[in-house]
Amino acid sequence: MENLFNILTGPCLYIAMAVFTIGLIGRFVLYFLGLDWKLDRVAYKAHMGQGLKGGVHSALKWLVPFATHGWRSQPLAAIGFFLLHIGVVLVPIFLLGHNVILQQRLGFSLPTLPQGVADALTILSLVGLAIMLLRRLLLPNVRILTTGQDYFLIVLVLIPLVTGFLAVQGFGDYKALMLCHIISGEVLLVLAPFTKLSHIALYFASRMQIGMDYAIKRGGRTRESGAFFPW
Amino acid sequence: MPEGTLCNRRPITTEEELKALLADKGGATYYKEMEELDVDTEKLWSTLQNSCKTRTRTWLEICARCGMCADSCFLYRVNKNDPKQVPAYKIQTTLGEMIRRKGQVDNAFMRHAMDVAWSQCTCCNRCSQFCPHGIDTGVMISYMRGILFSQGFVPWEMKIGSGMHRVYKAQMDVTDEDWVDTCEWMAEENEEEWPGLEIPVDKEDADIMYTLNAREPKHYPQDVAEAAILFHLAGENWTVPTSGWEQTSLAMFAGDFSECADSVKHVYSAIERLRPKRVIGTECGHAHRATVVEGPYWAGLETGLPPVEYIHYVQWLAECLREGKIKIDPAKKIKEPVTLQDSCNYVRNHGLGRYTREIISYIAEDFREMPDIKEFNWCCGGGGGFNGIGKYRKERNVGLQWKRDQILATGAKIVIAPCHNCWDAIRDLEEEYEIGIKWTFLKPLIIEMAIIPDHLKPAEDEE
Repeated sequence: MENLFNILTGPCLYIAMAVFTIGLIGRFVLYFLGLDWKLDRVAYKAHMGQGLKGGVHSALKWLVPFATHGWRSQPLAAIGFFLLHIGVVLVPIFLLGHNVILQQRLGFSLPTLPQGVADALTILSLVGLAIMLLRRLLLPNVRILTTGQDYFLIVLVLIPLVTGFLAVQGFGDYKALMLCHIISGEVLLVLAPFTKLSHIALYFASRMQIGMDYAIKRGGRTRESGAFFPW
Repeated sequence: MPEGTLCNRRPITTEEELKALLADKGGATYYKEMEELDVDTEKLWSTLQNSCKTRTRTWLEICARCGMCADSCFLYRVNKNDPKQVPAYKIQTTLGEMIRRKGQVDNAFMRHAMDVAWSQCTCCNRCSQFCPHGIDTGVMISYMRGILFSQGFVPWEMKIGSGMHRVYKAQMDVTDEDWVDTCEWMAEENEEEWPGLEIPVDKEDADIMYTLNAREPKHYPQDVAEAAILFHLAGENWTVPTSGWEQTSLAMFAGDFSECADSVKHVYSAIERLRPKRVIGTECGHAHRATVVEGPYWAGLETGLPPVEYIHYVQWLAECLREGKIKIDPAKKIKEPVTLQDSCNYVRNHGLGRYTREIISYIAEDFREMPDIKEFNWCCGGGGGFNGIGKYRKERNVGLQWKRDQILATGAKIVIAPCHNCWDAIRDLEEEYEIGIKWTFLKPLIIEMAIIPDHLKPAEDEE
């Protein structure tokens, strides 16, 4: 058992993190290399500065809760989205337990969240995930779009969240929960670049592209807000 | 069946073909032939591989399927929130499916895709503003129209429209001779009331070259005269080209992108020939989109900009009123409540909403905004070719309800619509639903209200 844990938090973890990082960086870079000014009809190179302004603004503004017309027009989706994402981004990176492993294995660690905050964020993430699942199940306009992959990804995110949380809280068989937590977490990392979880990187790519489009071609030179489209 | 005589994969290239297609009333034979038209699946797949690249593929792949685009689509709303009208659904089940099946789709699939592309989306691009990933379904539908066009699955009127451009270099059968005649006729017709009024043709190095919509000389020649009167009033040094005057592009609505390129190059060649300081286009939305916003790309210009400054009529008009080149008689300002229709093609997609509002601030006393404005305004209900397709008239009329209700919410009696498509849609919605409104372009309003300097007035009695 000890051996299994060592392998899972050693070589397997390295591989998972390498696939995750290299995979997502690769997708991000390939996205921009694949853009085509003629097919997309956006003069990216000719107006790089203007484009970057609009692109970065477009990616960042949508990260602020209720900052855009889109978020304000769909408050339930916005709440579900932000609850889920704040937790699933912050907790895995800044959790004390994860950073202990980081310190042991790689000799460095990041600042950590107080356990109470991490617990609260995890619960809020679960609430967010539940809202998003309920939207899928109950709203006809979301249900019609939903595919098997969407449910699979919800489960994929749910398992490490729940098992990690239960293990920390001392419910159930600690070792079994941890085993499940580590394996599912690593599967998630490995699959991220190859599924819609690639939006971890491609969100920024796609949002930057539409921001560049509106800044360079669609009114960035004439609109009162210039390169900054009033999202 | 292989290709039909009217419905086939070949674009119109001759006047005879065009006349044969026009003679098929309502496209009865054309649509019958379409039911039998084979899909060239090999060509379809190779076209998709060559032109559907990173941006579009990523859009289709990472769509979170969250449905946040649903409420942003007026066609979803007016069709009682039919889930099949969710923008993401419309594109995933057509273009998305075509790609997943590697082009192996049948006739029924393509005809369905055609219905979606031309009757369930006006390419207004509003959904792109509401998607967290910034996915622009309107852009993808427009791209898919190109795919469908290349396979011959295109509404009858759209095939005719693209054919008109190919044969006449205009969206209607107006030849360059007809056009020049109209200019002469309109100048003569109005010179008594406006002494010295001219429509200077092919004048080199003028300050302004004016381009317009073929239906103006064809159906509303008075509009050409109005443009001339306003340039005359403002004391502009202007001209129109004998060829390359037609600014619109039904080819864009049809998805005939090779003709889009030819059309815009034709306009740009007039610019090269006459070397104006700048070009001004008429009160039309898609014409502006086709020559100023998308046009440079079709013409292969790496700057993404037209060869010289090319502005919309509302930009020029706002400038004239701001600088006092044209002065409004305060007593003649509009007293009735007025509202404004923002054209998607130059407001959402080119940021010109502030110019129309500036103009209105000079001419109207009781201006009332619609509930969502500027970039966030809604399509008139008839954009992207929707107005002109008989097969989808019923769907279009349902689509008009959203704009009808927006106008009713303002309580306005006059709708200013500086765009041919919007103008048509609002005329049709008044005809269909009779809500008691008037609709107008800006040109006639301004002429009505302008202060005419003494030296431009007709002499009281001849010496």
